Amino acid sequence: MNPTGLSRDASVAPDIPHLAIDPFSYGFFDDPYPAHQEMREAGPVVYLDAWNVYGVARYAEVYAVFNDPLTFCSSRGVGLSDFAKEKPWRPPSLILEADPPAHTRTRAVLSKVLSPAVMKRLRDGFMAASEAKIDELLARGSFDAIPDLAEAYPLSVFPDALGLKAKGRDHLIPYASLVFNAFGPPNELRQQAIERSAPHQAYVTEQCQRDNLAPGGFGACIHAFSDAGEITPAEAPLLVRSLLSAGLDTTVYGIGAAIYCLARFPDQWQRLRADPSLARNAFEEAVRFESPVQTFFRTTTRDVELGGVTIPQGEKVLMFLGSANRDPRRWEQPDAYDITRKVSGHVGFGSGIHMCVGQLVARLEGEAVLTALARKVGSITMSAEPVRRYNNTLRGLASLPVTFTPA
Amino acid sequence: MAMTTITFIHADNRSETVEAADGDSLMMAALSHGVDGIVAECGGNAVCATCHVYVDEAWASKLDPVTDDEDALLDGTAAERRPNSRLSCQIKIQPALAGLVIRIPDRQS
Ligand code: HEM
Ligand code: FES
Repeated sequence: MNPTGLSRDASVAPDIPHLAIDPFSYGFFDDPYPAHQEMREAGPVVYLDAWNVYGVARYAEVYAVFNDPLTFCSSRGVGLSDFAKEKPWRPPSLILEADPPAHTRTRAVLSKVLSPAVMKRLRDGFMAASEAKIDELLARGSFDAIPDLAEAYPLSVFPDALGLKAKGRDHLIPYASLVFNAFGPPNELRQQAIERSAPHQAYVTEQCQRDNLAPGGFGACIHAFSDAGEITPAEAPLLVRSLLSAGLDTTVYGIGAAIYCLARFPDQWQRLRADPSLARNAFEEAVRFESPVQTFFRTTTRDVELGGVTIPQGEKVLMFLGSANRDPRRWEQPDAYDITRKVSGHVGFGSGIHMCVGQLVARLEGEAVLTALARKVGSITMSAEPVRRYNNTLRGLASLPVTFTPA
Repeated sequence: MAMTTITFIHADNRSETVEAADGDSLMMAALSHGVDGIVAECGGNAVCATCHVYVDEAWASKLDPVTDDEDALLDGTAAERRPNSRLSCQIKIQPALAGLVIRIPDRQS
């Protein structure tokens, strides 16, 4: 039996390069870059026999797929599982896994809840929290930058901004890790995550209810839009769930990526120290360079020509964001981490109508941490080998032991 | 490709004139000509408000009006919002804009 539920398609046009790469294997996660290059060089569209999906790894095609949401839809799932053929493991997201016009309405609500104006109000608190965190870590000297900074900082600001109760927050990271593993194929990572999901799902479902969300937070704001009639009272909890799924672990990986870059590239660290106003761009460049969210799928709604080949209707197409973000067709010196790069246009937050609606929160957190680092820390040295964390969608570390000295 | 002349004036009064491709956004025209000061974090997807510009009053009527979405984003600009504030990713270069003068604010975030 074919576990993906996708047709093993004999009709795949012969001119599409078939590759044996499994982008959801541990070997791939350890070093995806040679495989990214192989896919980019093979052609604008490739076919991955491991999971019977089409793949796009060049910037131009990834951008094109993102920006044609009527042809490359999200409502059949943005993971490998095709919701038209397989029951989703949880009720689908009302924003991520929706197409216009349904998406337009829910997106408008989250855009307002997470708008630039809202960020202005959060800014001082987020900055103060990062300064306190860096002071505490400087006092300790040596620590693990993943749990103690990349996880601890978002945990110190985001759940409060959302308005979550203090109890049970330890479910948040396991839940998000489950969500991002579940976008992958039915491999060990996905199966194990789903088997262990029940307690995390129960926690999240409960916290999305209006009574459990503190006034003034993102969660309460979402519910308030149901009073105004922009969404129904039944939709509000599911939209809160989107922030619980996508709003914490992603920034953990994003901040982890930035610290890892600064620890590895001392020349860039010195530039940041010399000019802390580069913090925001240094974070953004880390999102391009590491691409914490590596992949998302779309499903074709019709036969479509892309990069000179025809993809039939009803096929899954896998976009490689991390590869697009290092495509030499688009980027000069793509494998260099350069904190002054003009990074606008990278697809680390996606592109088009689904482009990350929480990107301003992510940037605010990243800017806050990197600004405090640049102002207070003199040197960052790795004190042991970093350890990779495996996830079907997210790229990052489980452990990054470092030593900080004061500026 | 048809080109339209646009002048950008920086916060320090330095000015740059570029030949922008019709059909591009004003934000794209600035980025592709290396005009600094328009950051465009979201790449033109109307999320970030870091492509904020001030449009010379004389031109305001020639532009498409501000949509509700753009209006909400403009409330979050880093530099002061003024009556002539616009998001440059929402303005399309066209021949009718020949000679347009744009002022770039002193900061975007
Ligand atoms: C560095 C951190 C982050 C990265 C790399 C990231 C990445 C992404 C990407 C690539 C997408 C596009 C998905 C698609 O096209 O199918 C996306 C969508 C989304 N993100 Fe983020 N994200 C981050 C942080 C956040 C935060 C902090 C929040 C919430 C506060 C959030 C909430 C969402 C939501 C709700 C969507 C769905 C938007 C839609 O479908 O219209 N993300 N994100
Ligand atoms: S580039 Fe982000 S709103 Fe214009």
